[in-house]
Amino acid sequence: MADLPLAMLAELTHRCPLACPYCSNPQELTGRDAELSTAQWADIFRQAADLGVLQLHLSGGEPASRRDLLELVTAAREAGLYTNLITSGIGLTPARLEALDAAGLDHIQLSVQGVRAELADRIGGYAGGFDRKMHVADHIARLGFPLTLNAVMHRENLDDLPATLDMALRLGARRIEIACVQFQGWALANRAALQPSRDQVARAKELVRAASARLKGQLVIDFVPPDYYSDFPKACMNGWGSTGLNIAPDGTVLPCHAAQTIPHLTFENATARPLAEIWHDSAAFNAYRGTDWLPELCQSCDRRDVDFGGCRCQAMAVLGDPGAPDPVCRKSPGRAVLDDLLSQETVDIAPPDFVYRR
Amino acid sequence: MTPEDIPVLPRGVRCGDDRVRGLRVLLGPERVLMLDQIGDAVLRRVNGTDTIRTISEDLARTFCAPRAQVEADVIEYLADLAEKRMVERANG
Repeated sequence: MADLPLAMLAELTHRCPLACPYCSNPQELTGRDAELSTAQWADIFRQAADLGVLQLHLSGGEPASRRDLLELVTAAREAGLYTNLITSGIGLTPARLEALDAAGLDHIQLSVQGVRAELADRIGGYAGGFDRKMHVADHIARLGFPLTLNAVMHRENLDDLPATLDMALRLGARRIEIACVQFQGWALANRAALQPSRDQVARAKELVRAASARLKGQLVIDFVPPDYYSDFPKACMNGWGSTGLNIAPDGTVLPCHAAQTIPHLTFENATARPLAEIWHDSAAFNAYRGTDWLPELCQSCDRRDVDFGGCRCQAMAVLGDPGAPDPVCRKSPGRAVLDDLLSQETVDIAPPDFVYRR
Repeated sequence: MTPEDIPVLPRGVRCGDDRVRGLRVLLGPERVLMLDQIGDAVLRRVNGTDTIRTISEDLARTFCAPRAQVEADVIEYLADLAEKRMVERANG
């Protein structure tokens, strides 16, 4: 019997006013016509709570692009879920924030594209977005919402790390995620423009180490390193089908947000089959669950139960083989491919321009 | 954290029943902590009014344990949660 999921990410919509070049949503977005209704989401939230989910992350796209966001938060709290809103802030008026407060929204995770308007608006592809976000942040603070800043870091803004930490303190955040871009979804189209240099990464790690000690008890810093520079892979999703699941805007149930890049898998829909059955019995969730499926290199490795062979979607994206060891691993034959990509894409010349979705 | 401090769960952090697994849990931003009997007993007494000393005296009576030892354990437990910003001091 598989473990039960603790967390569910609900991608309420793929619509978003921003166009970040590192967007983790798939290259092909789901249109508004295919999005689930309020009642369908509420039913999925109840099923998730019955299955063992404790935390719900409402995400997108931009979840505030859903006109029924308030009803969805209300439904999530009624289902007993700890409810987190992952947002760019665009579309969250003071009145909407007050209503979300009254509905019991537990926590807000606000993305930041940069600490300066010029850079942030260029990254987000949305003029005036930075100023609007700062107004939203003020209202979030005024209402007393617990706040996490979600700072996605890359070649163009990793050197702004100290100012990014200062921003978190200034906005009253309790927590900051310094999340270096992971190359899935649209981010793959911009890998060369976004990949930081080895020196940038080394400086960032040292800064994070010092800041974590200095700000202990004041600001919790969670650092997601750029994994192409790591020696061993991340324990992606803490193991496939072990602790989390993801619902796409049309109700497709995924083991992780990038799983649809794996061509041989077929995914079921929460409107057609009970969520518990999909979690326990569907072919997609069982494809890479546990460690029995791992290749010999991983089976005999002392890190087998630490990283579970790493990220399936990364093996797919870099090697074209979702069953291979994550190419980040120094022990894997795929590492040479990753090293070639790194040396081609981080040469000391001007990076290519961003490719935006529109 | 000292015996005179008054611990409180900040907004966005709450205890609850995990009815599926039959456990008590502490929920916060991106954090789920499964509580054992001791953790649950401590956090049930964290009400934003009582000091760590009062909480520890109550626990010592309830579990027939030496007060000084209980107090040291409670401080260690709550200080660890405070580092994760899952507990604050109501007395600033």
